[in-house]
Amino acid sequence: MMKFDLIRGTALVAALVAGVATVRPAAAQELVFLSTQLRPVDEAQKVRDVLLKGAPKTVYVVDEPSPFTVRMKAETESGKRTISLVGALHGELQPLAPLGALDTIDDVAAKLGDRGIPASLMELGKLGTGKQVYIPWMQATYVMVVNKKALAHLPAGANVETLTYKQLADWGKALAEKTGSRRIGFPAGPKGLFPRFLQGNLYPSYTGSMVTEFRSAEAETMWNDFKALWTTVNPNASSYDFMQEPLMGGEVWVAWDHIARVKDALQAAPNDYIVVAPPAGPKGRSYMPVIAGLAITKGAPDRAGAAAVIEHLTKPGTQVLTAAEVGFFPVVNATLPADLSPGVKLLAEGIAKTQTAKDAVVALLPVGLGDKGGEFNKVYLDTFQRIVLRNEPVRATLDAQAEVMRGIINGVKAPCWAPDKASDGPCPVK
Amino acid sequence: MNQRILPYLLVAPAVVFLGAFFIVPLVQTIVLSFDGGGTGNALGNYSRMVNDLNFGVSLRNTFMLVLVVVPLQLAMALAMGMMLQKIERGREMVLWIWTIPLGVSDLAAGLVWLALLQNTGYINSALFHLGLLDGPTPWLNSETPVTLFAAIVLAEVWRATAVVLIVIVAGLQTIPKEFGEAAEIFGAKPWRKFTRITLPLLKPSIQSALILRTVLAFEVFAAVYALGGRNFPVLVGEAYTWQNENQNYGVAAAYAVLIMVISLAATLVWLKALRTNPETQA
Amino acid sequence: MTRSGRFLLWSGIVALCAWVLVPIYLIGVGAFGGRAAAFRWPKGILPVNTSLDQILVFLRIEGVANAAMNSLIAAGLTMLFSLLLGAPAGYALARFSFRGADAFRLMVLLTRAFPLAILALPLTVIFIKTGLYDTPLGVSLVHTALALPFATLVTAGLFQGIPREFEEAAWVFGCTRFQAIRKVVLPLALPGLAASAVFAFVISWNEVFAASVLTVRERTLTAYLLTVLSESPIHYRFAGGFILIVPSIVFIFAVRRYLFALWGVTSR
Repeated sequence: MMKFDLIRGTALVAALVAGVATVRPAAAQELVFLSTQLRPVDEAQKVRDVLLKGAPKTVYVVDEPSPFTVRMKAETESGKRTISLVGALHGELQPLAPLGALDTIDDVAAKLGDRGIPASLMELGKLGTGKQVYIPWMQATYVMVVNKKALAHLPAGANVETLTYKQLADWGKALAEKTGSRRIGFPAGPKGLFPRFLQGNLYPSYTGSMVTEFRSAEAETMWNDFKALWTTVNPNASSYDFMQEPLMGGEVWVAWDHIARVKDALQAAPNDYIVVAPPAGPKGRSYMPVIAGLAITKGAPDRAGAAAVIEHLTKPGTQVLTAAEVGFFPVVNATLPADLSPGVKLLAEGIAKTQTAKDAVVALLPVGLGDKGGEFNKVYLDTFQRIVLRNEPVRATLDAQAEVMRGIINGVKAPCWAPDKASDGPCPVK
Repeated sequence: MNQRILPYLLVAPAVVFLGAFFIVPLVQTIVLSFDGGGTGNALGNYSRMVNDLNFGVSLRNTFMLVLVVVPLQLAMALAMGMMLQKIERGREMVLWIWTIPLGVSDLAAGLVWLALLQNTGYINSALFHLGLLDGPTPWLNSETPVTLFAAIVLAEVWRATAVVLIVIVAGLQTIPKEFGEAAEIFGAKPWRKFTRITLPLLKPSIQSALILRTVLAFEVFAAVYALGGRNFPVLVGEAYTWQNENQNYGVAAAYAVLIMVISLAATLVWLKALRTNPETQA
Repeated sequence: MTRSGRFLLWSGIVALCAWVLVPIYLIGVGAFGGRAAAFRWPKGILPVNTSLDQILVFLRIEGVANAAMNSLIAAGLTMLFSLLLGAPAGYALARFSFRGADAFRLMVLLTRAFPLAILALPLTVIFIKTGLYDTPLGVSLVHTALALPFATLVTAGLFQGIPREFEEAAWVFGCTRFQAIRKVVLPLALPGLAASAVFAFVISWNEVFAASVLTVRERTLTAYLLTVLSESPIHYRFAGGFILIVPSIVFIFAVRRYLFALWGVTSR
């Protein structure tokens, strides 16, 4: 009779479950805050417990960028909103604006006049539409993390604080020869941010441009240099998503990545590392500031609440807490306290070194690409794969990829952004 | 109840359900794949797909994987099935252990094999203890394509042999014992008995196992992604990348349609190649 | 069997058991060993500085309990739906030859031949419009589409294995077709049906992509862990992987007896 018991049990469970499912109360008009940032468990918990303290009651949910986009599109198409407030990177918010998923929030921006958010950042938040679409939330950038063990092998005449790409290649070679394994690392894995390195660091440092000079002679030199540099990069790089892992594992001693993605390594062993600005090329030391923004959905269930949360999160006090707790830095005028944890302090120093370097060049996140941001990244990544990993001829590859790039830029009619000079009409790919 | 209507009534709920939750979005996806992707040419998405850097590689990788993994799994499952027939005590226990991977999600399976095969993983540690390695050695990158492929094959065989095993075991049970006993009386050697009696009688089961496994093998993704990252593009992985990273739903839909066409073609091949006559078919 | 033959047989069996179990054991060691174990070189096969910390961190995360509940509800409903829809269809395939039977089989198979994730966008739009979005019920409907092929084909095999004569005998004794099914066929098919239901449960429990696109707050456990796992340090990932595996071991154990019945005499 055991069979029958099993069946009855199964049926009972199923019936119970069905019952529970139907009586679950429908959620009331809650203020749902969906974010693609601060996703890891403990960080999300800090947002809920610390950063949102004092704000209107908020349900903080996180999502990866791709389901985030699918969800926003679907909610817009169906016209039913569950989400009031979104927090995401500039590049993730950008494709949502042309879809009509985001409300214009000039009224919210007007109330934040005294926060001291730099005009250039506020301008980015307009996404080229003339109306405020998102409010800058927090910022970060990409830095180099160096294990102190690597310093002993620095090539003669090189200063780790003012490294060039040439010196980095020599250093990598020395490290490989002296330690027997390749110690430089880039996050070139499927979820890594390597395309940002190519766009924001490498290209502008060699060519002074991200788009216009894509297939220039300087770019050709750059790729040849980088191909040489790659022979000293750890072969696992194409599986690295977050550099903190190989840094902590000791596999990599010199790594480039987003500050939030090296933070764990620095906090675990702050005495083992230094953080420096990325290397310089012939045209300067380019870096790319990363901006996360807060936007309100069109037809938000609780627009007033969402606006109040934005006001709360951009308060100088909250911004300082954000830096101390999760390692993203303020967009407003705020002084960081002296008692930051050693890991976060290292990051703060790294950012300061990057921004204030004498030869610093700012490369902005792409503007006006709409939902073509992903394909824009793919151009750089494909170029890298073809030239460096598959050994295809540099000139021919650049010409072919420039064609693809032109198609994307002309398709969305995006004018140039820094460091390329402003253009009338679509940004030219020379 | 009318004998002619009854089967349709019984099938109707399932058909309606699949219609609503599968066919409708499927048709939407197929339509999307032919929207041209803003090029004005209805095949625009397909030409972008075919001309993409990773298209050829992912097609080749997917086929290589299917061609290696599926026969390997069939051979293993047959061997395991024969072993199970030989034992009396502990049969249930052994079968349970062998079928555990059936319930392991591909995400978890990828994590398991990553733990084993990464630089400082268990397999390298074991080789190190045996004196075969000097230190942590990478196996899973673009410079070691052979070991990367082998690793993915290992993970896939580990994860998905159980499905084949169960179909084979079920098939073995339907073969009347008398056939084997008769063969033994006539003095057939075990191998001969296996090839002359067991295999032919098992053909329907082998066919369904192959169909099921091949279709699933063309969908392989999560485990490959966990082990190989960008270094081992496969078709479904490319579909995901176009959908999620490049946010070009048209090209993603084109990949999805391609995968479906290939799976259907493979199914037809198995149906034809292992044609079973209706009498022996259960 | 000869002594050496027996030895060979059992060493083969033991080796294959090890092939399945050792990887699971090792990820368990990784899950309980913490950061130190994850980065240790060379690694030993025995657990070192074992602690429950990682696992506990996971279980304490806000929302894990709710997500586990959602997973149970979604999987339970999937189980229910796939059986209610699949068993009648399976019975029809087993007992009748009717036009369109092959087309139906093909359609069922087709659902497995298409990467579901690509369907997420159209499905999400439909779900939001109908209010199924962000509910375990909505997730279970998609999972039912995944589990239904198995339920249909497997139950077809089951019913085929139950001789038609039993039913016909019942008719002779004055039962209607439905009474015959209820009194004769169902009791015989029950273990297989139960196993097939649990199989549907496993499919739903493990599915990630649809579950994470179709929900915001009411995540299933697998979808919830996925967002957490992909960006956590590696020892947390081992712990998460381990947590995902344990239920499958229990599920398979629960149905081990019916695994044969589940696939029964099915051969298509």
